Amino acid sequence: MGVPQLLVHDAKDNVGVVVVEGLTAGTDMLCVVTHDNTDFQLTAGDDIPIGHKVALTDLKAGDTIIKYGEDIGKMVGDAPKGGHVHTQNLKTKRW
Amino acid sequence: MAFDASTSTIQAWRRENGRVGVRNHVVILPVDDISNAACEAVANNVKGTLAIPHAYGRLQFGEDLDLHFRTMIGTGANPNVAAVVVIGIEPGWTKIIADGIRKTGKPVAEFSIEQKGDFETIRAASWQAKEYIHWATELQKEDCPLTDLWVSTKCGESDTTTGLSSCPTVGNMYDKLLPHGLYGCFGETSEITGAEHICEKRAANPEAASKFMEIFKAYQEDVIFAHQTDDLSDSQPTKGNILGGLTTIEEKALGNLEKIGRTSTYIDAMGPAVSPEKGPGLYFMDTSSAAAECVTLMAAAGYVIHTFPTGQGNVVGNPIVPVIKISGNPRTLRTMSEHIDVDVTGVLTREMTIDQAGDALIEMIRRTANGRVTAAEALGHREFSMTKLYRSA
Repeated sequence: MGVPQLLVHDAKDNVGVVVVEGLTAGTDMLCVVTHDNTDFQLTAGDDIPIGHKVALTDLKAGDTIIKYGEDIGKMVGDAPKGGHVHTQNLKTKRW
Repeated sequence: MAFDASTSTIQAWRRENGRVGVRNHVVILPVDDISNAACEAVANNVKGTLAIPHAYGRLQFGEDLDLHFRTMIGTGANPNVAAVVVIGIEPGWTKIIADGIRKTGKPVAEFSIEQKGDFETIRAASWQAKEYIHWATELQKEDCPLTDLWVSTKCGESDTTTGLSSCPTVGNMYDKLLPHGLYGCFGETSEITGAEHICEKRAANPEAASKFMEIFKAYQEDVIFAHQTDDLSDSQPTKGNILGGLTTIEEKALGNLEKIGRTSTYIDAMGPAVSPEKGPGLYFMDTSSAAAECVTLMAAAGYVIHTFPTGQGNVVGNPIVPVIKISGNPRTLRTMSEHIDVDVTGVLTREMTIDQAGDALIEMIRRTANGRVTAAEALGHREFSMTKLYRSA
């Protein structure tokens, strides 16, 4: 296996994390689920900085986001599969 | 080579009370802010001693004063400290702190400034400090089991890489060492928000779980709901966290909790700067999530080495406790590697397993205990920040 561009904590997650610098839109990413070491391919829809999240499926406003297999908040905007998920479209449910 | 807890030893100082210290400081400790100048003058006169100036110690009362005393006494009592010169403006509180430290059996001398002035106090305290430094520098290290150490943890400038690499590295270290007698400690009450239900389940017994939830609820009510103007979105996650890709407080909390590993459970939940009372194992401490405040409280509880995962690159250190920085973020290693002791970027490239990263951290703990200066020590980071609960009288 090569060096992955995206890591996913848990098979239940619907977002993954970019782990390389300078990722550009259109990059065909090797994605690895760290929990079971399985891998898959996904095309980046945006230029996404290291450490930032990518939608693994088409996400709509109101969808719950799962990371570490746990609820980390809800979408307040849409993100297509491969798109950037961050403060512009994801918020805590707490406040 | 994999770590073997049964045979791994360090060379360190066994103190009068049996605790193991990895540094050998002679501390010049101010009781209050206005005694800082005298303490700094003594430390300047007697090379090799260490003044720990701070901002408080006057007109505090109640629980806030108790915490002040506990932090001062705990700092002096820490096994990384060989001897202490305590200086305060007046003799009453000075004696309380000096007597508290004396319970460890280590040499403590106290001086107060009123009716003498700075010059006379500095003269007398300098003579005492010089005696202590001669004495302390002849103390011999001895073989001690690595697992006699007390090792605390708190992460800072977290990002999504800390939850993937550096935090689980600390968790792996705890999973390996706690069963052999290590004392561990995690805290950061505000950064458990969003994962409190998971943290509650990681208690070793129902008492610890309910003590944790009590602390967590008190924090929510007394600190957040009492003082919030909007919500915590502007400070939790921090701006640095958000730049690093963390979006919500839940996401941050889940990464944070990776520090307690897969199998470790905490045996007690305790107040700030309180020393563990239930024997070896992992403890939760009610602390701020601000790096210097948290490390200061854990040092005052008696922890002698601190493990500090960072993503975006926190630079914090402590005057008496070596702070070991661990990072898996390749950009941080590229731009500010002078601050990082353990590089776990290989976890992100899948060239290093969490098991290997945990072993690398244990090896760095062993080397640090044996005397290797940490990045924070080499760079002179000596942040000592007292936690204040409310306004002074």
